[in-house]
Amino acid sequence: MKDEVENREDRVANLKGMGCSRKRVEDARFTQGKGNYVDDIKLDGMLFGDFVRSPYAHARIKSVDTAAALEVPGVLAVLTAADLEPLGLHWMPTLAGDKQMVLADGKVLFQGQEVAFVVAEDRYAAADGIELVEVEYEELPVIVDPFEALQSDVVLREDLVGEDGSLPDGAHGPRKHHNHIFTWEAGDKEPTEEVIANAEVVADESMYYHRTHPCPLETCGCVASMDKVNGKLTLWGTFQAPHAIRTVVSLISGIEEHNIRVISPDIGGGFGNKVGAYPGYVCSVVASIVTGKPVKWIEDRMDNLMTTAFARDYHMTGKISATKEGKITALQCHVTADHGGFDACADPTKFPAGFMNICTGSYDIPTAYLEVDGVYTNKAPGGVSYRCSFRVTEAVYFIERMIEVLAIELDMDAAELRRINFIKKEQFPYTAALGWEYDSGDYHTAWDKALTTVDYEGLRAEQAQRVEDFKAGKTRKLMGIGLSFFTEIVGAGPVKNCDILGLGMFDSCEIRIHPTGSAIARLGTISQGQGHATTFAQILASEIGLPADSITIEEGDTDTAPYGLGTYGSRSTPVAGAATAMAGRKIRAKAQMIAAYLLEVHDNDVEFDVDRFVVKGAPEKFKTMKEIAFAAYNQAIPGIEPGLEAVSYYDPPNMTYPFGAYVCVMDIDVDTGVPEIRRFYALDDCGTRINPMIIEGQVHGGLTEALAVALGQEIAYDDMGNVKTGTLMDFFLPTAWEVPNYETDFTVTPSPHHPIGAKGVGESPHVGGVPCFSNAVQDAFRPFGNRHTNMPHDHWRIWRTANELGLHD
Amino acid sequence: MPDKMHIKLNVNGKDEEFLAEPRELLIYTLRERLNITGPHIGCETSHCGACTVTIDGKSVKSCTMFAAQASGKSVTTIEGIGGPDDLHPLQEAFKEHHGLQCGYCTPGMITRATKLLEENPNPTEEDIRFGMAGNICRCTGYQNIVKSIQAAAAEMNAAAASSSEAVGNKTVEAAE
Repeated sequence: MKDEVENREDRVANLKGMGCSRKRVEDARFTQGKGNYVDDIKLDGMLFGDFVRSPYAHARIKSVDTAAALEVPGVLAVLTAADLEPLGLHWMPTLAGDKQMVLADGKVLFQGQEVAFVVAEDRYAAADGIELVEVEYEELPVIVDPFEALQSDVVLREDLVGEDGSLPDGAHGPRKHHNHIFTWEAGDKEPTEEVIANAEVVADESMYYHRTHPCPLETCGCVASMDKVNGKLTLWGTFQAPHAIRTVVSLISGIEEHNIRVISPDIGGGFGNKVGAYPGYVCSVVASIVTGKPVKWIEDRMDNLMTTAFARDYHMTGKISATKEGKITALQCHVTADHGGFDACADPTKFPAGFMNICTGSYDIPTAYLEVDGVYTNKAPGGVSYRCSFRVTEAVYFIERMIEVLAIELDMDAAELRRINFIKKEQFPYTAALGWEYDSGDYHTAWDKALTTVDYEGLRAEQAQRVEDFKAGKTRKLMGIGLSFFTEIVGAGPVKNCDILGLGMFDSCEIRIHPTGSAIARLGTISQGQGHATTFAQILASEIGLPADSITIEEGDTDTAPYGLGTYGSRSTPVAGAATAMAGRKIRAKAQMIAAYLLEVHDNDVEFDVDRFVVKGAPEKFKTMKEIAFAAYNQAIPGIEPGLEAVSYYDPPNMTYPFGAYVCVMDIDVDTGVPEIRRFYALDDCGTRINPMIIEGQVHGGLTEALAVALGQEIAYDDMGNVKTGTLMDFFLPTAWEVPNYETDFTVTPSPHHPIGAKGVGESPHVGGVPCFSNAVQDAFRPFGNRHTNMPHDHWRIWRTANELGLHD
Repeated sequence: MPDKMHIKLNVNGKDEEFLAEPRELLIYTLRERLNITGPHIGCETSHCGACTVTIDGKSVKSCTMFAAQASGKSVTTIEGIGGPDDLHPLQEAFKEHHGLQCGYCTPGMITRATKLLEENPNPTEEDIRFGMAGNICRCTGYQNIVKSIQAAAAEMNAAAASSSEAVGNKTVEAAE
């Protein structure tokens, strides 16, 4: 065998397994314009559907007249709620236990809400038809403020109020008011209040984490094709969770699940936008059934920003108490959560505020209490996790701002305050006051590495000098040093406490080894740019000893892939990555028996070595995995079935807890409000690193989305409920010109419960980045009395802060 | 409905001729009529650049140009820049330097970058960031896109230098 001349190092390199910066296998087609996104799908006779949308944020619908639209050449059908009602499809369940109108049923609750669905031969005819659908509206009072909603007599959701005015319980328990959705609590209220009441030092602050949007470059869309001959429905779409979509479609349409095939083709970015189920999917399916033809629906950018999947909109009030020396003693948080017209948040069932109860952050806080009130308003539904695990961005922003405010209260350095309160390495696994068990961490090492690398002391000295120069009139620029230390909670999750619509949040991998020593593996997840086809093959290469280049990874087709809950919340590596490793180990276990048979020794007398099994103590006697694969298909081995396949469904025993230390150095022109990012250092600890190149790319991207959210990106409404940021003219997406170069760094603290120790990384930079950018802005103004200002810190708001602090006088 | 217009285009070296409504957008022509799906739609307002093509030597956002406005002109899309057997150095560099993730912006990004490097074969990082600011990427944070374009520029300049050297040698030989 040629293999014999290869040394071990070469054999390891040949696998391109875990730890190497393998180039991406996806890129050949993408760089040549040969990606296959949903809007690239074309089927014979395919029609195009699009929505008539409400211009009003709150209105009763008196009539919908479709006659003129149906006269337009090329328009085949116009669906309204009246058409869907006999099918029971005019409303649909949301992921949060609420229900949502598919098409306006008597009223509309937000601007842009879907009123009618025009089906036509092409997009132009559909647009012509939309123009001619006549809808008569009666305007109703609009509420865009959740605090006002909880006081108002105006009932937004009449369907959730009894005829006698009673308030039936919602999906998450009793409701306090007709516009109230739920109250959710974690921790101990009275002990926390008591500690705070008697504390030496207390800092309190209110902050608004504004409404924004994931805004992937590709909007949401689908193609539904009902084949009436064989009774099968095929649905292609931008689905981050194709299997869950199949189950939902089956439950609401009554079509048996085996007759539904859901396919997620290439997805042009997701960031949480493509987790939920949207009216466009339901209407496309119905339209395909009605017309007997395939129907495509693709959002335009305005539809996307106005109607599908906003993120955040959390009004947070906190109190944090400490000793005079800065040791934190308690934390209290209340959130008023604006969920819009329907509660369509994408969270595990038992967590209506997601994992907001990770808000004690990276700190050893003995007592804490969190209370979240969900509220209906006349805004779009959504509440998705935009590049974060469920509500973790909010939680980390909250604690990282509270730490800064406490530092001001204590007149203490914020880096030192963090250091003295970190959970210590020896405390892991650490059970936090709000319930989570952190798996592993070494925060002090990461923090010290970060502060040393950026010369933190030097930066503070420079900043002090800058303040002196500013006061002396020598400069008009202030310097801000933004700090953040975050702990994420990702990899949802253990079936015992995590489900979506009753579906446990395990994930899966199925592997087939081909006779000549290559393989295909299919997973329940779906890549949206993360590079799964590259990295999952690396995990497998290391586990089964076949080169990553010989392993095809396939995702997103529910007819072929094993059931899984999809890709969001950084769950692919923690859950499906674990399933992949476990399935690989099943392959290896069978391969060991085959090798032992071929080598004529006992199973226990062979051991795995990179790409082969060797006889213990006799390394010259071995069988490569390639040889073993062939033997699995051509030899009758007593007691062993032919073939070499495995499947694993992995139910994680715990979440994983990636963490990181970020520092941002910013210069701010007080006269223009323009911030200039001079330096950004990001240290991430995501446990075992599978592909450093891809990790670095994820960090760059997540930080840039954090920059966007912190410095300008916003879905803003006026008092009438009009969306003021419906195009990319108004909705800030940073270009290459606004984005700095980032310095990346890492420590490695493996997850003790994950088969390969990996924790997930895609969302960390966003979660840690937002408070870091925000803290940099706020820190620049700290010497002049700033305590807290709300994001987004666009130029105008920064200028206003400077103005309010008297810096323009 | 207004009369259809007679439109002639050369797309990626191939002549196309068809009747279309005056309102038909070029991106629609490319994607729906000609099945050229490399250029994508991201915003419909000229901001994101996913639809970038080259028309008579200039970068153009094809989502906000009517097909009729392009009549008589030559259009190059990503499909005309390089294929499996003749990858453009930019396509190679984007793969090599992880200049893409979801891939949705990539065709427009590379198409724009080909023009950038034609206009300025030795761009500074600032030149690249400014020259690419009409193309939005949501995944990469641009750092590796900049790196990819710098690498492609170096590669193309090296190739140009060696070919002009070769030409130079030939000239000398001919003179002898």
